[in-house]
Amino acid sequence: MPIELQSRAHLTPGRRPPEQRTPPQRTAGATRANDGIGLSDVSRAYRDRHGASVQALAGISLHADHGELLAVVGPSGCGKTTLLELICGLQTPDAGALECSPAALMPQRDLLLPWLSALDNAALALRIAGSPRAASRAQAAELFAELGLGGFEAAHPHELSGGMRQRVAFLRTLLSGKPVLCLDEPFGALDAITRAEMQAWLGRALAREPRTVVLVTHDVEEAIVLADRVAVLSPRPGRLRAEIEIDLPRPRSRTDAAVVALRERALSALGLGAAAGQEMMTGMDSGTAAGMGSAP
Amino acid sequence: MKHRLVNALPALVLVLALLGAWELYADSGATSSSILPAPHTIAQSLWSNAGLLSHNLAVTAEEVVLGLALALALGFALGVLIHLSPPLRRACYPLTVGSQAVPIAVIAPLLVFLLGFGLLPKLIVIVLICFFPVVVTTVDGLAAVDPDQLKLLRTLDASRLQAFRFAELPAALPAAISGARIAVTVGVIGAYIAESQTATSGAYAGLGHEINADLSSLQTSRAYAAAVVLFAFAIACFYTLSLVERRLAPWANQSRGDLR
Repeated sequence: MPIELQSRAHLTPGRRPPEQRTPPQRTAGATRANDGIGLSDVSRAYRDRHGASVQALAGISLHADHGELLAVVGPSGCGKTTLLELICGLQTPDAGALECSPAALMPQRDLLLPWLSALDNAALALRIAGSPRAASRAQAAELFAELGLGGFEAAHPHELSGGMRQRVAFLRTLLSGKPVLCLDEPFGALDAITRAEMQAWLGRALAREPRTVVLVTHDVEEAIVLADRVAVLSPRPGRLRAEIEIDLPRPRSRTDAAVVALRERALSALGLGAAAGQEMMTGMDSGTAAGMGSAP
Repeated sequence: MKHRLVNALPALVLVLALLGAWELYADSGATSSSILPAPHTIAQSLWSNAGLLSHNLAVTAEEVVLGLALALALGFALGVLIHLSPPLRRACYPLTVGSQAVPIAVIAPLLVFLLGFGLLPKLIVIVLICFFPVVVTTVDGLAAVDPDQLKLLRTLDASRLQAFRFAELPAALPAAISGARIAVTVGVIGAYIAESQTATSGAYAGLGHEINADLSSLQTSRAYAAAVVLFAFAIACFYTLSLVERRLAPWANQSRGDLR
């Protein structure tokens, strides 16, 4: 399903057309053109345990173009999981328009099936799509070898470390063959060292297998190191506070001056940085952000 | 192997201690040997009646194994149906529970009248007693699947059947086998009841029948010997099922202790 380019253009004036903005290192690959997502003015409420209506998202407009990595950061309970479930079609918006290519979800918990080996877990989507077991395994095994999981094919989830389990869960999402990947705090439960390793690994995996990615995270630094663009959400009900273009070459180091500057900018949009309050509620101008990003 | 022996040691010590106490009590003359024979008398009887008892064991074992297999198949199938269909759940669950309260003595003569003196009426009694724990554990196992897991399968476009095949069925397997382990122990009692309540035409009528016949003819030590065989058979069945579980559902052993 192609996204509504027209309506998005008027929602976010001043942006470059998407085909120019897609960074060169993550173009093409297995996905079609227009494999993106677009939300315009989407709202969604849910009922809590006591039956009260809780507004999770209020008038959110977001988009991610083909091959783009959009990171969504925000405080706990800003409706990030609701956002991903909307994109994956598990929920429908109460108001607003949603145009999304088919999306696969990588949940916060790996949810690997304990009775399947790592390889069979990664190949699950292929099996579900009707491919025979041997062919599914062969296809998954290729990626295992390429992405540094060789030797772990036969291991069962309980024999794997947290980081390895997340890798297998990511491969399962990747092998779903869907053009959009929704990653819900994929590294939130990992220790800092493993998390840094996993971020580098994810960067390599996406360079090899480009997809449109929506990465939800608490970790602003992670968002800046990995994303092409960072959307900052407000506390519930989630609204878009700022959008920050990250126009930096990859791989990025978290100690890079430009990364640190953008991090400060994102934190202040969250109301957390040293410059807290200055940029609150003001949509970040993409030109300024990009210019700042390319500054030495 | 050495590890296994060390694990079995506490059970062995306990059995020996109980046997010793029993032996002392029986030898003290506090009771008559026709009421409580001493363990060594039972052992002698076991030895001298080995042929008779093994033939009877074969009859009872056939009843228990076939009955349990039937109960497993029926119980698992009913558990799955109850899980998949809420109306069926409401329709079947009360009857399933009620089936546990049916006094076997009431329906056994009816079963013999309808089905004769063969294996079938005994199987029905055993199935009636055994299938309940299998149904309950299967239903619970199926319901215990992580809802997030099912949500994930939905994002991978899994059909209802595929969600069942990849998530619910394997998740319920250890629970169903646990049900089978409970079922096999009550199944041995079930076989005794079945043999007591239904007449038999064959040369050997099973251990339960043997126990009753021996008790009424004051062959108490042989009745006890038959009970010992039944006892050992129940233990063997239980541990065989534990082995089956380890083969079929190796993931189920990770979080549990070594109570097997």
